[in-house]
Amino acid sequence: MIALLLILVPLVSGLATFLIKKEAQVRTWSLLAAIITFIIAILGVAVYSTAGNWTFRADWMGLLNSSFSLRGDGMGIMLCLLTALCYPVIFLSTWTTAYKKVNNFFGLMLLAQAGLMGVFLAMDALLFYFFWELALIPVYFICSQWGGEKRIAVTFKFFIYTFIGSLLMLVGILYVYSHTPGHSFDIEAFYKSGLSIKEQTWLFWLFFIAFAVKMPIFPFHTWQPDTYQQSPTAATMVLSALMVKMGVLGLLRWLLPVFPIASYLNGDTISLLAVTGIIYASLIAMRQDDMKRLVAYSSIAHIGLMCAAVFAEDKSALQGTMIQMFSHGINILGMWMVVAIIERKFGTVKISALGGIAQKAPALTFFFVIIAFANIALPLTNAFIGEFLMFKGILGSKVSQNGIWIMAAAGIGIILGAVYTLRMGRKVFFGETNALTEKGTDIAFHEKALLIIIIGAILIVGIYPQPFLNAVDQTSQSILKNSDVLPMLMKQKH
Amino acid sequence: MNAVLLSGLLGVVMMFASFLFKTKAPVRMLAILGILLLLVVNILESNGIRLFHLDTTGFLAFSSYALFFNTIAIACTLVYFLISSKDMQKAGNHYAEYFALIFFILTGIFLVTSFTNLLMLFLGIEIISIPLYILTGAAKKDLKSNEAALKYLLMGAFSTGIMLLGIAFIYGATGTFEIAKMNIAGLAKSNLLTAGMLLLLFSMCFKVSVAPFHFWTPDVYDGAPTVFTSFMATIVKVGIFAGFLHLFYSAFEPVALQWKLWLAILAALTLFIGNITAVFQQSVKRMLAYSSIAQAGFMLFALVALNETGHEGLLLYAIAYSLATIGIFGVIAKMTDYSFDGFNGLATHQPLVALCVTIFMLSLAGIPLSAGFLAKFYMLKAVIQSGDYLWLVIFGVLMAAVSAYYYFRVIQAMYFKQGPNHFSGISSFEKYVLVGICVLIIFTGLFPNVIFGWLYF
Repeated sequence: MIALLLILVPLVSGLATFLIKKEAQVRTWSLLAAIITFIIAILGVAVYSTAGNWTFRADWMGLLNSSFSLRGDGMGIMLCLLTALCYPVIFLSTWTTAYKKVNNFFGLMLLAQAGLMGVFLAMDALLFYFFWELALIPVYFICSQWGGEKRIAVTFKFFIYTFIGSLLMLVGILYVYSHTPGHSFDIEAFYKSGLSIKEQTWLFWLFFIAFAVKMPIFPFHTWQPDTYQQSPTAATMVLSALMVKMGVLGLLRWLLPVFPIASYLNGDTISLLAVTGIIYASLIAMRQDDMKRLVAYSSIAHIGLMCAAVFAEDKSALQGTMIQMFSHGINILGMWMVVAIIERKFGTVKISALGGIAQKAPALTFFFVIIAFANIALPLTNAFIGEFLMFKGILGSKVSQNGIWIMAAAGIGIILGAVYTLRMGRKVFFGETNALTEKGTDIAFHEKALLIIIIGAILIVGIYPQPFLNAVDQTSQSILKNSDVLPMLMKQKH
Repeated sequence: MNAVLLSGLLGVVMMFASFLFKTKAPVRMLAILGILLLLVVNILESNGIRLFHLDTTGFLAFSSYALFFNTIAIACTLVYFLISSKDMQKAGNHYAEYFALIFFILTGIFLVTSFTNLLMLFLGIEIISIPLYILTGAAKKDLKSNEAALKYLLMGAFSTGIMLLGIAFIYGATGTFEIAKMNIAGLAKSNLLTAGMLLLLFSMCFKVSVAPFHFWTPDVYDGAPTVFTSFMATIVKVGIFAGFLHLFYSAFEPVALQWKLWLAILAALTLFIGNITAVFQQSVKRMLAYSSIAQAGFMLFALVALNETGHEGLLLYAIAYSLATIGIFGVIAKMTDYSFDGFNGLATHQPLVALCVTIFMLSLAGIPLSAGFLAKFYMLKAVIQSGDYLWLVIFGVLMAAVSAYYYFRVIQAMYFKQGPNHFSGISSFEKYVLVGICVLIIFTGLFPNVIFGWLYF
């Protein structure tokens, strides 16, 4: 029931939002919807956490053997919680932003939330594909309607990239479907498809491109910095904190266990792409003068590490990836909040135009520094737990011989991460004030309150990660069990 | 049989209606009532109630698939009448005759979906084509319309000639026009049969505008009065496609190896030329002409797959593609500027219409939750199930991504750009129809089971 509600509440309230005319009502209503969704998610985690509450199944397209099947495993539940937590924060932190046709904006935002929840919970390939697109379309409209100057072209590039990816995935889904025993779209049937090595290899790439575009992985990342820069802040937050997780979840749930042999064979190639992306994005981030683009490139680097960890196929790497999915969502959301505040106060996000904000806004600086520490994975922050586990997993990986090299390369990425994040902090917050920042003021109470939520999440996961580790323990084990290649390779030989 | 006779009869009635009624409104009402009646008698026949008992053995056989397809064609024509019948007045002076011609075309479609004899196929195709030539040239004083009609007539007559030649060759090889008696499998090595079959293939490709036989399409679709383009591009096209599939499935399936690769290549070519050329169009009407070529490429998948899923896919395609295209042409007919720029800012002036057009475009692009997605989905599924031609599937989806480009251009123009209003004259009833079409599209996309429930149970 929880699983269904998490999709229905944003979906229905989102559709209703289109009909509301008054701006104040629209905002209150959509915030209320987001908070209700959050309460449902909290109840689902804390009170009604039995598997039955997180499972829903109904007949849908009987002739195709596709059912409306939702199930929350540890990873899914955690991502739903992240989505439910982020939405109210996003709404509140962009509360004062003026939008034309405000009802459409909030309606589309809530529809995107429904799509995201669906992607995280769907256990039927066709349903997964439906939600995958449902999450994309509203964001396309949001970004092209309310974005910056070059929004139409930029968003369209983003749309075409992801659309090509998802269509290729659709072909893959159909092919696997027609080879499952009893022709079913159910995820369990997909795990048992028993495809040959050759089939797995090309199907692997069809799926991988869809996920790689979404994450994004080098060289499919070129849409991302432009889109993040041009989109309205609220949409950028959704894209970077939540949507990229769709790709990682896709890898973990729909790629690794469905094509275990191909994942095993191509794992190192992908890891190579991932670490190339890490270093490449970090180097570019170092040279950025635009804070938004810097955060965008830093996100590519972080996601690259997750991708490399996924293909290490090691339990702690997978656990680390899942925790990092949550942490990265929180951290980047905090980062965007700080950037948005600066943009609101000073009207620019150019690093070279800013400086000395710390003197005028000590509270903002304090929050930024903690978020920046989380971004570079300092101990006691949430990202440290995730990245530590991922490194441990990559190094101890049984499927890759090159763990040490991947780790070394990714490690350079981490160091570079510290360089560009701290450089941004130094140039923007410290040093002398200039004409622009001279008139700066500190943040208001409600902004502090929101940032405290973020800091709280950073520290809780950083100091006491055990509940999160427990939550994803089972999921990572079952993924590993389904993607264990040894028995399959034996079978293929006979 | 019910529908064939009745629609022929209705055609004659509509011809007389022109001097029975002085005003246009009763003519329109009569036509809508007629099409409703047609729908009822066809559904009756689907349920086994025949109003006329004629022995058509060896000529026509009404399978449940064909009857269901006819139901869809009639239902789409009904929708078409509801949305476009008023705009037909603008096309020319012979209002009632246009309806008569459309009823005759429907008769032809019913023959083409149910023939068991090549002569009936030929008859059906001709009954469809000749009224179409007239409709294309309906705007007598418009040079473009005249040009289109002449082009269409010349090219159409030429392809009909090729079709006759093909039928003659097949007669020479098999000694019969009747498909059931042909024994194609036994004649696999006959050159005469192969030649006849390929000639038939090419002429059918011409009729459904498959590349490289598509050159007439953009000019004719662009030149014809918009209301008739709408009918031509949708119901007629899928109707002939049903016949195309029926012909190659029932007659030439045993020698599929000889022609399947041809079709696969033609499908790829059609997808490529249709989509790539559509990208460069400046007029939405012309873009839709190329999009109809591109969609024909997808419909060819049913022939390449040649299985049950392909048949189902063609049904879904008939619904999805026809509804969305009828809706869009219904809107275009009320616009003074057909170019992409003409759509600028439509969302500000006509929010509801813009929303409907968006849904049509999303459906044509094959975005999930719409009928168009499901139609493409079934086509892809059909080819994947048949086992071969995976390259065609992958090529198809890449081309579908290209198609998103030009369909989304319309959405971008409507929502993200500003411009003066070029749209006027929509009645509130027509708005309801547009919304109704959207509901149908989304409903089909969500619950295709209902459609297939009607077909199978």
